[in-house]
Amino acid sequence: MNSSPRPLPTAAVRVAGLRVDRGGRRVLDGLDFTLPGAAVTGLLGPSGCGKTTLIRAIVGVQRVRAGTVEVLGLPAGSPALRARLGYVTQAPSVYADLTVAANVRYFAAVLGVARERGDRALEAVGMADRRRDVVGRLSDGQRARVSLACALLGEPELLVLDEPTVGLDPVLRRELWRLFHELAAGGATLLVSSHVMDEAERCDGLLLMREGRLVADGTPGALRERTGADDLEDAFLRIVERAEVAA
Amino acid sequence: MSLTVTLATARRVLEQLRGDRRTIALLLLVPCVLMTLLRWVFENQPDVFDRVGLQLLGIFPFVTMFLVTSVAMLRERTTGTLERLLTTPLAKLDLLLGYALAFGVAALAQAALASALALGLLGLDPTGSVALVLLLAVANALLGMALGLLVSAFAQTEFQAVQFLPAVVLPQFLLCGLIAPRDQMADVLDALSAGLPMTYAVDGMTQLGHTSSLSGDLLRDLVAIALGGVAALALAAATLRRRTA
Repeated sequence: MNSSPRPLPTAAVRVAGLRVDRGGRRVLDGLDFTLPGAAVTGLLGPSGCGKTTLIRAIVGVQRVRAGTVEVLGLPAGSPALRARLGYVTQAPSVYADLTVAANVRYFAAVLGVARERGDRALEAVGMADRRRDVVGRLSDGQRARVSLACALLGEPELLVLDEPTVGLDPVLRRELWRLFHELAAGGATLLVSSHVMDEAERCDGLLLMREGRLVADGTPGALRERTGADDLEDAFLRIVERAEVAA
Repeated sequence: MSLTVTLATARRVLEQLRGDRRTIALLLLVPCVLMTLLRWVFENQPDVFDRVGLQLLGIFPFVTMFLVTSVAMLRERTTGTLERLLTTPLAKLDLLLGYALAFGVAALAQAALASALALGLLGLDPTGSVALVLLLAVANALLGMALGLLVSAFAQTEFQAVQFLPAVVLPQFLLCGLIAPRDQMADVLDALSAGLPMTYAVDGMTQLGHTSSLSGDLLRDLVAIALGGVAALALAAATLRRRTA
């Protein structure tokens, strides 16, 4: 399919003036940012601040009111992007009444990739030994990992993960973050949303959101330096307070 | 569109069905039990059993596949698997035809079992061949499936999806000619019934009660069923939006 190796775009995602209304309410209110390629960017902010809507806009499943979203050099939602993008929704979107293996086999067929990729993807998320289990009988964290494995099958250039580590134990969380950085080292771009600030430390870059707006954008180090805060939770609070004073 | 993806989808839907033993049992046994019941209801009127029994062989697959498909598709929407599939290279037609193939196979098994019982043990005696009875039953199942796929777009919960059965299927059941011949209904209803797909599903079975070959009327019924199914599938495809609000 890829006839010639295309040069890596420096920005994997470009968002300009993005506005989204849902149910008569403005959910995203004029977002502008770029996501660097081959890096892990964290999308952080409290529950309900618009993270999932932004993710849906990048994946191309969200109807937008205004603005542009460009993914890997193409408008978000372009058919050509479907094979190059992996999307893991917050609720694990796998078939609960099928086994782990049957889920992986089906999504591999849909993506048109070899079955062996399924084994690799399950190993990457630590679920290789649960192949024969019916997904509905797994724990929430295990289901989330099966869902992640299905998104890894296509070896996507852009991987968008909506709260992938919720409810996972610390050891597993660390392993998944290691996996995310391995993928980024291999050239993939990752956008990982979370509402817990202690995950921010693990990201190469951060987007901090609040009430539909972007309040900060930068590396963890730069954000700490700018605010003079010791940890990112504190930095986030200071940024929000300054924004409120200014407003 | 890709044959591999269509077949993989059909296989996946059948695997889901296979995991649900109780649904399989209900799917296969309920028509048989009802057919047996009907046989004793018309204990002293074998000619009525011949007519109504045959018509019901056409209606069972329609109704069950309508229900099973609308709930299956609704689940696909509510669990997020549909949204995930629509972000992949999968063509909408791959998904719809995959469902059609899987439920077509299930319908064939259902119709084969019910027909074997009705024709073998219960003494139902159609003039038309068994192959034509099965063909029509499967066509009806696919019609019910296509309508089920379509209405699932208008249901947000399984409660609502199930309510579409009385809303969409019962009026067709009343008007299709099973309860009263269509030409004895009010003219408006007769005309209305000519636009409802189940009318042709039942009329086709009625034809098989008194003709042995593929007559012009039967052919017309099959074409009407096919057109109804294709129209419902096309509308269902239009409800599968890759981008939503």
